[in-house]
Amino acid sequence: MSWPRFLVKRVLALLVVLLVASLLVYGSLYLAPGGPLSFLVGTRSATPELIAQVTAQYHLNDPFLVRYFTWLADVLHGDLGRSLVYREAVSSLIASRFLTTLLLVVYATVLILLVGLGTGIWAALRRGVAGRVVTGWNAASLSTPAFVLGALLIVVFALGLGWFPVYGSGSGFGDRLWHLTLPAIALALSSAAYLSRISSASITSEMGKEHVETAMSRGLPRKLVVRRHVLRNASIPVITVVGLTIAGLVAGTVVVENVFALDGLGSLLVRAILQRDYAVVQAIVLLLTIVFVLVNLIVDVLYSLVDPRLSLDGDAL
Amino acid sequence: MSGVATSMDQSSSDRPPRRAPWWRRVGIAPLCAIVILAVMILAAVFAPLVAPYNPNSPDLLAALQGPSAAHPLGTDALGRDTLSRLIYGGRTTLLGPIVVILLSTVLGLLLGVAAAWRGGSIDTVISRIVDVLFSIPGIVFALVTVAILGAGLGSVVIGLTIAYTPYAARVIRGGALRERRMPYISAAWIQGRSGSTIARRHLVPNIRPLILAQAVAALGFAVIDLASMSFLGLGVQPPTPDWGLMVKSGLDSAVRGQPTEVIVASVAIALFVGAVTVLGDRLSTGVNK
Repeated sequence: MSWPRFLVKRVLALLVVLLVASLLVYGSLYLAPGGPLSFLVGTRSATPELIAQVTAQYHLNDPFLVRYFTWLADVLHGDLGRSLVYREAVSSLIASRFLTTLLLVVYATVLILLVGLGTGIWAALRRGVAGRVVTGWNAASLSTPAFVLGALLIVVFALGLGWFPVYGSGSGFGDRLWHLTLPAIALALSSAAYLSRISSASITSEMGKEHVETAMSRGLPRKLVVRRHVLRNASIPVITVVGLTIAGLVAGTVVVENVFALDGLGSLLVRAILQRDYAVVQAIVLLLTIVFVLVNLIVDVLYSLVDPRLSLDGDAL
Repeated sequence: MSGVATSMDQSSSDRPPRRAPWWRRVGIAPLCAIVILAVMILAAVFAPLVAPYNPNSPDLLAALQGPSAAHPLGTDALGRDTLSRLIYGGRTTLLGPIVVILLSTVLGLLLGVAAAWRGGSIDTVISRIVDVLFSIPGIVFALVTVAILGAGLGSVVIGLTIAYTPYAARVIRGGALRERRMPYISAAWIQGRSGSTIARRHLVPNIRPLILAQAVAALGFAVIDLASMSFLGLGVQPPTPDWGLMVKSGLDSAVRGQPTEVIVASVAIALFVGAVTVLGDRLSTGVNK
């Protein structure tokens, strides 16, 4: 398959997923006990103005499919509706919190790559005690959920030692990074452990391959063999894991932001769920899905760039 | 453990080969995991007999205490006994994930076997649906369900069941496809058994180890997801004791100077997930052998 066809196919598949996700998010409104109107109004006093606003925003007087497509068209035009709680456009609510979440994800990604790849390569090339220490560390990290780790980090490093602030996002770039350090560690640790495990296993199996042994026995320098033959071939499963991990981080921020009371999209989402502010819920859930799907697409493209042998005919979705 | 058996063959060829003792075959780490899981589950089941206090009776005069003879794991902000809450908390913390895994495994089994057995357009439709569900992060299902049905253990269980079913379906479909090509299936056809009988009586029992390994591996993730939702205030609601909630309330107590509760609850969750992971790894190496 040629590149343009591959991309077209993938983008089409991506649109299908987004269509299904949006239908799910919009349609589930109709599964709510008591119907969409009473659900959207919730426990707020049902003034005629509120009912009129909700009815107009969700086009509740039209048939279902018409309603859905009108809503979808609004979303595509950037109109995500208005929050019933904050009395503000959802898009501006999201815009003001997007940076915190993005910074947290990027920070955690950097930590995952450094720690995960670092310990994985180290454990695979050294073996022995180093390998066992890394294996044990990884097993412990994988068993600790992000929110548990976050709580423990707060207890030890913020409350006990006083090195880091307990809560909040901070102001200014350096201060922000400082505030985001513990959250990023909490978000990154289990993914780093997983990456370390996969990269270590991948390198170990590459080291045993015949072409590597041949290169070694011909007297090529070990460093060169490792760099050129081992690491490059071992990188393919690693890229998959990195991609899945980053996609998963986006969902993980929901939990971590709440542990550290960061003012990002995740804490906005949980508050919106508890306050039945469905326009906000819809928008953030759609955003999470879009990012998740996009990252997966990027990974697939990277795949075929790293290893030209892999055909572009893989699974479409 | 086949390596052990062969070395014994060579050393004593006159005696019949002896199997390694059962605890050697299982391995030390999985054995520890089984003991930890058994203790936790038994304590949760027999909580009224084991717990020293009523988990919900407050004693404000004894609030925020560290470990002592009267309260081995201290007390929380309302003076409730942390050990008792830990024991009772095992009930919701462990029951929720077990229900999620049972439901999603049954649904995944139905979808996976139907897709592999029928093949053709049924397989295509099921696989496409599974693919699309895969492309949406699992926690999104749980969050949307809670947004619609309101916070509570039931909503989270429903949402996570939807999220976990595609995983089970994909793994089981793969196993069933491999099994379908086996000669014993054709033999059963020739004997004139009906398709559903073969699938039910022969195919499913043969992929049982795979199903079990998949379910145990998923259980660890389900415990994490459910505890996370309770921590966020979307799952189990206070005052019901729950490990996820204990991390949340314990964090507040830690800010007020008493970190015992948050540490106890964190260790309990990590131990349980760790034990399940070790057991899952052991089961899946058994399947792949």
